[in-house]
Amino acid sequence: MQWLNILIQGALLGGIYALFAIGLSMSFGIMRLVNIAHGDFIVLSGYVALVVTQGTGLDPFSSLVIVVPVMFALGYALQRGLLNQTLSGGLLPPLLVTFGISIIIQNGLLQGFGAYDHRLQEGAVETASLHLPGGIDVGVYPLLVFAVAICAIASLQLLFYRTGLGRAFRAVSDDADTAELMGIDNRKLYALALGIAMIFTAIAGVLFGIRTIFDPAAGPIRLILAFEAVIIGGLGSMWGTLIGGMVLGIAQSVGAALDPTWQILAGHLAFLAILILRPNGLFPRTRD
Amino acid sequence: MTLLRTQNLSAFYGDFQALFDINVSVEEGETVAIIGANGAGKTTLLRAVAGALATAPDTVLFDGEPIGHKTPHEIVHLGIAMVPEGRRLFPSLSVEENLLLGTHSERAGPWNLSRVYQLFPRLHELRRLPAPSLSGGQQQMAAVGRALMSNPRLLLCDELSLGLAPVVIRDIYRCLGAIIAEGTTVVLVEQDINRALDASTRFYCLQEGRLALSAPTKNFDRGALTAAYFGM
Repeated sequence: MQWLNILIQGALLGGIYALFAIGLSMSFGIMRLVNIAHGDFIVLSGYVALVVTQGTGLDPFSSLVIVVPVMFALGYALQRGLLNQTLSGGLLPPLLVTFGISIIIQNGLLQGFGAYDHRLQEGAVETASLHLPGGIDVGVYPLLVFAVAICAIASLQLLFYRTGLGRAFRAVSDDADTAELMGIDNRKLYALALGIAMIFTAIAGVLFGIRTIFDPAAGPIRLILAFEAVIIGGLGSMWGTLIGGMVLGIAQSVGAALDPTWQILAGHLAFLAILILRPNGLFPRTRD
Repeated sequence: MTLLRTQNLSAFYGDFQALFDINVSVEEGETVAIIGANGAGKTTLLRAVAGALATAPDTVLFDGEPIGHKTPHEIVHLGIAMVPEGRRLFPSLSVEENLLLGTHSERAGPWNLSRVYQLFPRLHELRRLPAPSLSGGQQQMAAVGRALMSNPRLLLCDELSLGLAPVVIRDIYRCLGAIIAEGTTVVLVEQDINRALDASTRFYCLQEGRLALSAPTKNFDRGALTAAYFGM
């Protein structure tokens, strides 16, 4: 029973990793933008939520009403004003610029909030758990996060496959030059894409901030987890990303059960194993 | 009335000059062919008109307005649509989604999904399939349909016949007749000279980036054309 418990905890942990990965996956899938600052945007969302909760007395969940639009606007403006300028010269310029943004965010947060740990307090839901028959204990909060991840991916699938905007996103991902020749304003579309990606980044940042402490330097490890979830799942496949997150989560909790110091390493080892066995991930979609 | 005019249009790929002072004009309702050998600058000319290649503002005039500086999507909104060389359908979209992509310019006009399916009935049967699963001729129909969905005043067709069987080419050109009858002005770029001349009222012949010859198609001496085409 202990192992079943470990598998379930791990799988649920995958939900938050999938949420980390959605924004990264979108910006790479649509504009071939490798966003090195992605992890820092997750952390930044946590800090925005911190300011909102402290300033207004809202709880972290309710603070999303403000955090989500703020991050959407930031993503839209950043793509429109800066990142669009970097996209015509290959993969390297956006890599360098987002690397720079990452440094700016980390140091800006350090300047504004100090190097202390912070956490968002949501109250009783954090520690509540369900006792299922057979001795299985499931935390209510991990379950909730997992449900949010599923809803997030389902809504993105609807957006991509049932709306005109989604059609345009897929067309631009296939062939940006031809999409422009068909009347699509790529630059505006890219700005919308990063804005939408930031909505999910904001949700991930707030949900993770309730679960775990964060500090200004916490971004890069989030970025790596997001990368690993995307690569394991296969580029361009949103459900694959969820599976990728679950693979990471299960590997980590199995590793932690064997020896607590193995938790993080076990996740990376699972990633390396999949990279060797299936370099394109489990469910590859995006073509180059 | 002149719908499209280029004035001393030059175009470059980096340091390489592909077009030299090209002056062409297309009247509303006309079908004009642009012919020439491989590398003569035909596709470059279409790409410059469509905005895919940077040019000086005043070198391309559409409906009297300078458009040389505009982006491709702005030009589609003004009413110029392109059927690109090699079809360039979006592989991860279905046939119908490819067609619907042409509606992003939100131009009103006679063309919509049902009219396009009326023109190409085969596409209606295939509408749910992914675009790459179609044959070359069906893909070309979808590419023409996608361009029509933006209800263009000017339709630019780049190498409609490329890589297609003669019987399929004949079908597609027959449909082009229906499009022209709808009042759409058409510019055809072709390597297949006879096909292009049969479908058009006037032609321009390009040779190494320069205009070599221009004349009405009717009763034109094809021997003289050969000279302009090959530069002999």
